[in-house]
Amino acid sequence: MSNAAVLHSNIGTMHDDHSAHHEHHHQETFINKYVFSQDHKMIAKQFLITGMVWALIGGFLSVLFRMQLGFPEESFPWLEDLLGKWWAAGGRITAQGYYALVTTHGTVLVFFVLTAGLSGTFANFLIPLQIGARDMASPFMNMLSYWFFFAAGVIMLASIFVQTGPFSGGWTAYPPLSALGDASPGSKTGMDMWIISMALFVVSSLLGGLNYIATILNMRTKGMSMTRMPLTIWALLFTAILGVLSFPVLLSGFILLIFDRNFGTSFYLSDIFLASTNTALPNEGGSAILFQHLFWFLGHPEVYIIMLPAMGMVSEIISINSRKPIFGYLAMVGSLFAIATLAFLVWAHHMFVTGLNPFLGSIFALLTLLIALPSSIKVFNWLTTLWRGNIRLTPGMLFAIGFVSMFISGGLTGIWVGNATLDIHLHDTYFVIAHFHLVMGVASMFGMFAGVYHWFPKMYGRHMNNTLAYIHFWITLIGAYLIFWPMHYQGLAGMPRRYYDYSIWESFKQFSELNRFISIVVFITFIAQLLFLINFFYSIWKGRKATNLNPYGANTLEWTTPINPGHGNWPGEIPEVHRWAYDYGKDGKDFITQTTPVGEEESTEHH
Amino acid sequence: MNNQPTTHRIHPHKFTLWMAIGSICMMFAGLTSAYIVKRNQDNFLEFDLPIIFWLSTIVIILSSVTMHLALKAYKARKTNKFKMFITATAALGALFAAMQAVGFLDLENHGIPLIGFKSNAAASFILVILGVHALHVLGGVVALVITFVKALFKKTNQYNNIPVEVLSTYWHFVGILWIYLLVFLIWLR
Ligand code: HEM
Ligand SMILES: [Cu+2]
Repeated sequence: MSNAAVLHSNIGTMHDDHSAHHEHHHQETFINKYVFSQDHKMIAKQFLITGMVWALIGGFLSVLFRMQLGFPEESFPWLEDLLGKWWAAGGRITAQGYYALVTTHGTVLVFFVLTAGLSGTFANFLIPLQIGARDMASPFMNMLSYWFFFAAGVIMLASIFVQTGPFSGGWTAYPPLSALGDASPGSKTGMDMWIISMALFVVSSLLGGLNYIATILNMRTKGMSMTRMPLTIWALLFTAILGVLSFPVLLSGFILLIFDRNFGTSFYLSDIFLASTNTALPNEGGSAILFQHLFWFLGHPEVYIIMLPAMGMVSEIISINSRKPIFGYLAMVGSLFAIATLAFLVWAHHMFVTGLNPFLGSIFALLTLLIALPSSIKVFNWLTTLWRGNIRLTPGMLFAIGFVSMFISGGLTGIWVGNATLDIHLHDTYFVIAHFHLVMGVASMFGMFAGVYHWFPKMYGRHMNNTLAYIHFWITLIGAYLIFWPMHYQGLAGMPRRYYDYSIWESFKQFSELNRFISIVVFITFIAQLLFLINFFYSIWKGRKATNLNPYGANTLEWTTPINPGHGNWPGEIPEVHRWAYDYGKDGKDFITQTTPVGEEESTEHH
Repeated sequence: MNNQPTTHRIHPHKFTLWMAIGSICMMFAGLTSAYIVKRNQDNFLEFDLPIIFWLSTIVIILSSVTMHLALKAYKARKTNKFKMFITATAALGALFAAMQAVGFLDLENHGIPLIGFKSNAAASFILVILGVHALHVLGGVVALVITFVKALFKKTNQYNNIPVEVLSTYWHFVGILWIYLLVFLIWLR
């Protein structure tokens, strides 16, 4: 008996929308279908929609702080009406408000949107569907994973409304700002809530990640050998492994932080002098750098946790919509492996200017630059897959190509900042902001959009509107470049990040026009995202109904399920797999699904 | 699921446990490497570990033995024996955690504060590392109690070895983890 049968014998095989009376099945109530659901597809949608809410909040926060950066001299009285005095006294974002906005923006986008929203959604949705399983190894743990994430979100959201404001020391939460309540308003209750929220978030990621790995390695259907798995699954596997191995280290860093904050220990704190209380701390011997090590040991793998799912989906979408096999499947898997391994060996490139031993610095620079190799293999393979393909520019495909473009643009500057010598100049400037927003922020957002547009028919049984999607794509692509490209020049000129007002600074006055321009593009691009939201929610209920089981002519298993699959995914037996997922344009056939047995006459490469 | 035909794949729940063990190891790797970094800086207090940590080692090893016997009894379907050994294991686990707490107090009483502004990171680490470990032991105790209660109210005649096997693997793991931590702390004084 297979693992699936062992674990999911109770799921029943199926309940189609129409086969209303299924006797042997538990009663489905609103609560256990939409709220405490254990169906991986519903949990995926919960992650997605929660992630979208957070993206909206996080994006709006950036609109607010860009108002300050673009228009430092102006005041907008309605802002005070909207946000209150603490944030916007006299219609101008306050300094404390500014730092609170930047910090919350970073935390929310990195963790809630691009980690939970991205891998939470697509790992949950695609893993069982694409490997041929009825559900996750442990549907219950999976449900818990979502609810821990939800609780983390509630606490983070609440922290925005406490009297002293949310945490304001940057998404990296370095001590002493994060360890000392007296250091800044946000370091008080806001930080307590930040840390509780993040601890819950770590638990959520671990529960999810363990499940994803166990499911992929143990629950594949008959014939689905590892080398027949779609690249999405490989990418989600490495993502989960990265998370399971690096989040606990972050947690250990947080535990020490909690002790320093609340129990007077000296892990990170030393006898520093505090202006707000006009005394030196009684602590002795702590080292803030220790936190940086623990943080970046997670922090760097984290950026790949954000990146890899997008890479996997993009590989899949590009291959389908070029009607060609993915170029270099094994090289794609190998480079994912290389990236995941190197991700653990480069964290100190975030610490080149902390007084790190220059010899160590050069080793970390070398290891960092090595990442360029697997990264370029991937880019090369995406481009060669596109090359002379029979390209269909669906919205998903456009965003996938946009992803590749962003990844190249941002990846190239990785080589700049990866050199310790250059980084001494570039560290903590707008150059770094430009680098990671292009390579991680925007690129992964594009991967997420690509995934949503592409798999929407499978999620909701309807299609999204293409015209709106195209408008959304072009505004977002052009907007993203106009926002982040100029920041490279600002950074090269030495403009530091995380400052409240550059207009009072002689050297950076020259940028006030540019800053205004960037801010205006931010506002337009943000509004364009509302097109996506409208399109998404409208289409759930009113979109064109999907009538074709396999609208893209794709090979993978999710398209063999009914248009609105019930819990258990396949009404009858789980289909058996006979070949890899990329037989497009083989032997003159447009596509050959994974469930098609290998014909006698067929040419022999890849099964 | 009584008569499962032999399958070559490991049961997913056992597999998940092994991954979780990897994850817990990473957390302690984080804590112990933080300890190493700190130890190489000035002002790292040196002191002897309280004797009770040796005694608690004996307790946790004993509990591993009883856990092993419990699993054996379960597999032999000797329910009463199983209940007895699982109770013993849980009791020894709780005793272990209590002894660790006594160890903390012992340090405090000998003028080595673990928390507060007078504390030295060397001592605080003992509290954090051993405390987090003890929490893992207590988590195991809770799982043992749940298993016991389930066995008590069991109505059917069906047996499933998997949960007990998972629990026993976890229990041996926290035992081994403790021995690693003890050796680590003795080595790097
Ligand atoms: C060729 C590949 C890459 C190299 C060599 C590279 C190198 C670096 C270096 C050295 C820094 C530190 C710069 C500084 O703070 O002064 C950095 C920052 C950063 N990188 Fe990359 N990177 C690469 C790709 C990526 C990718 C793929 C992602 C995300 C998916 C990413 C996300 C980030 C983030 C988030 C930061 C800034 C974090 C912060 O300080 O707040 N990088 N990168
Ligand atoms: Cu990095």
